[in-house]
Amino acid sequence: MKTLPKERRYETMSYLPPLTDAQIERQVAYILKMGFIPAVEFNEDSNPETYYWTMWKLPLFNASSTQEVLSEVQACRSEYSNCFIRVVGFDNVKQCQVLSFIVHKPGASTYRY
Amino acid sequence: MSYSQTTTQSKAGYSAGVKDYKLTYYTPDYTPKDTDILAAFRMTPQPGVPPEECAAAVAAESSTGTWTTVWTDLLTDMDRYKGRCYDIEPVPGEDNQYICYVAYPLDLFEEGSVTNLLTSLVGNVFGFKALRALRLEDLRIPVAYLKTFQGPPHGIQVERDRLNKYGRPLLGCTIKPKLGLSAKNYGRAVYEALRGGLDFTKDDENINSQPFQRWRDRFLFVADAITKAQAETGEIKGHYLNVTSATCEEMLKRAEYAKELDQPIIMHDFLTAGFTANTTLSHWCRDNGVLLHIHRAMHAVIDRQKNHGIHFRVLSKCLRMSGGDHIHTGTVVGKLEGDRAGTLGFVDLLRENYVERDPSRGVYFTQDWASMAGVMAVASGGIHVWHMPALVEIFGDDSVLQFGGGTLGHPWGNAPGATANRVALEACVQARNEGRDLTREGGDIIREACKWSPELAAACELWKEIKFEFDTVDTL
Repeated sequence: MKTLPKERRYETMSYLPPLTDAQIERQVAYILKMGFIPAVEFNEDSNPETYYWTMWKLPLFNASSTQEVLSEVQACRSEYSNCFIRVVGFDNVKQCQVLSFIVHKPGASTYRY
Repeated sequence: MSYSQTTTQSKAGYSAGVKDYKLTYYTPDYTPKDTDILAAFRMTPQPGVPPEECAAAVAAESSTGTWTTVWTDLLTDMDRYKGRCYDIEPVPGEDNQYICYVAYPLDLFEEGSVTNLLTSLVGNVFGFKALRALRLEDLRIPVAYLKTFQGPPHGIQVERDRLNKYGRPLLGCTIKPKLGLSAKNYGRAVYEALRGGLDFTKDDENINSQPFQRWRDRFLFVADAITKAQAETGEIKGHYLNVTSATCEEMLKRAEYAKELDQPIIMHDFLTAGFTANTTLSHWCRDNGVLLHIHRAMHAVIDRQKNHGIHFRVLSKCLRMSGGDHIHTGTVVGKLEGDRAGTLGFVDLLRENYVERDPSRGVYFTQDWASMAGVMAVASGGIHVWHMPALVEIFGDDSVLQFGGGTLGHPWGNAPGATANRVALEACVQARNEGRDLTREGGDIIREACKWSPELAAACELWKEIKFEFDTVDTL
């Protein structure tokens, strides 16, 4: 028997081992396949009431390849490695956000999974 | 101006007596209007009663008719108000069962009142002697009538935005044992389950305000559990605080207190409490920004028998009109009754904006919801981690998967139990998005995640043998 340690989490995909770039790319492929609009956002804190994280540039309305999106994730990560970073997806037909998953946590090596 | 396509002969004068229903209420040439409420009944006449007469009687007794002619009929414009049976189809494989279609003019019903709608459509007619059995299978609610209802207080999208949870089903758990825990012990079970990774915990439907646990004490301890779990995990948490009560005043009092404690969601039992109470609470929830979870105790009394009662798809539609942000739909795979195609049919009717007629899924009418908000489907009852791939496949993202025993029954307790479910869920969502087939590879996906999650591995070991395989009573 084990006690569950107290762990901070970061919503969807935060109960998985940190996503590799190849795994991020496959999730981005899903966003594009579904016709959603990908975007990258980052923030210093991950408080549950902080609804808005800062947008990295603008949503990638014209992205046609997963590489374009992954490059923006990498660029954001190198400039804001001290921040939490997530990829989100917008559905302009339903007129709302439909996706979000964590792709970077500062000090990631300290997480159990 | 005439409202009708068929005419009854009021100018011919009054003649007292009992007249065949079908002379007035069976009109096979009638073309339903866009504003008519349409109903599909599964009808089993008593032996010897012709289906046309029986179907006409259904139309009559659920609208303007009574058993004998009355002179006051002649003071009304019957053609404007009468229900009409406009089609009868024999049910294949049954020698005396028919689907009869009835059209009801809009003016028969009060605006915004599910109570009034049901009192007419499923009132006296279900006890009618000429019928052996009768089941309301489906309703087509015209846009003109729908627009008089507020619908769900918030709907799926607003709920996601407020909870900050996207791209996956939500996870819940009913706190057990159903009855007997003190308020403080109860709150502890809530805290442990939420800190482990669930989004919601839930009051069992029988928990209202009993001697061992009064409602106000429960609300206070649960609020504390939520605050702590939220602060530690960094994720938004909620508990469905059951406000179902003996009176509407008491129900609203409890709801007000939940709001005072800043609770995100409350819960109500819509069938035992009734549609009037439910609609009142739903309006309150819209006005006060509190999400509304709906339980469905008593539904199987009404919907389980194939030849008599009301199908759950009708109760689902009524709930979407009366208002609720979540509704239990069954699991297809767990311990409770539910045919897969039929369940998916009414899950669509709860969540989508436009649903085409599809007899293979029990959808008798095309339904346009006219942008009324959608309701999250809640799958709960006898499910555990091994069911996760099937559940994600069947219910998709806009659902709440509730593992009661499947969380609290984990050998290491609630928190690891919750983590096991959350890991299994996220592994399935990740795999699905990557294009893997959850039906075929589900077992492998769970086993792979067991390698790095000891919590999941322990759960998988415990529940590896449990299945619920009985024949479904109500099939399409």
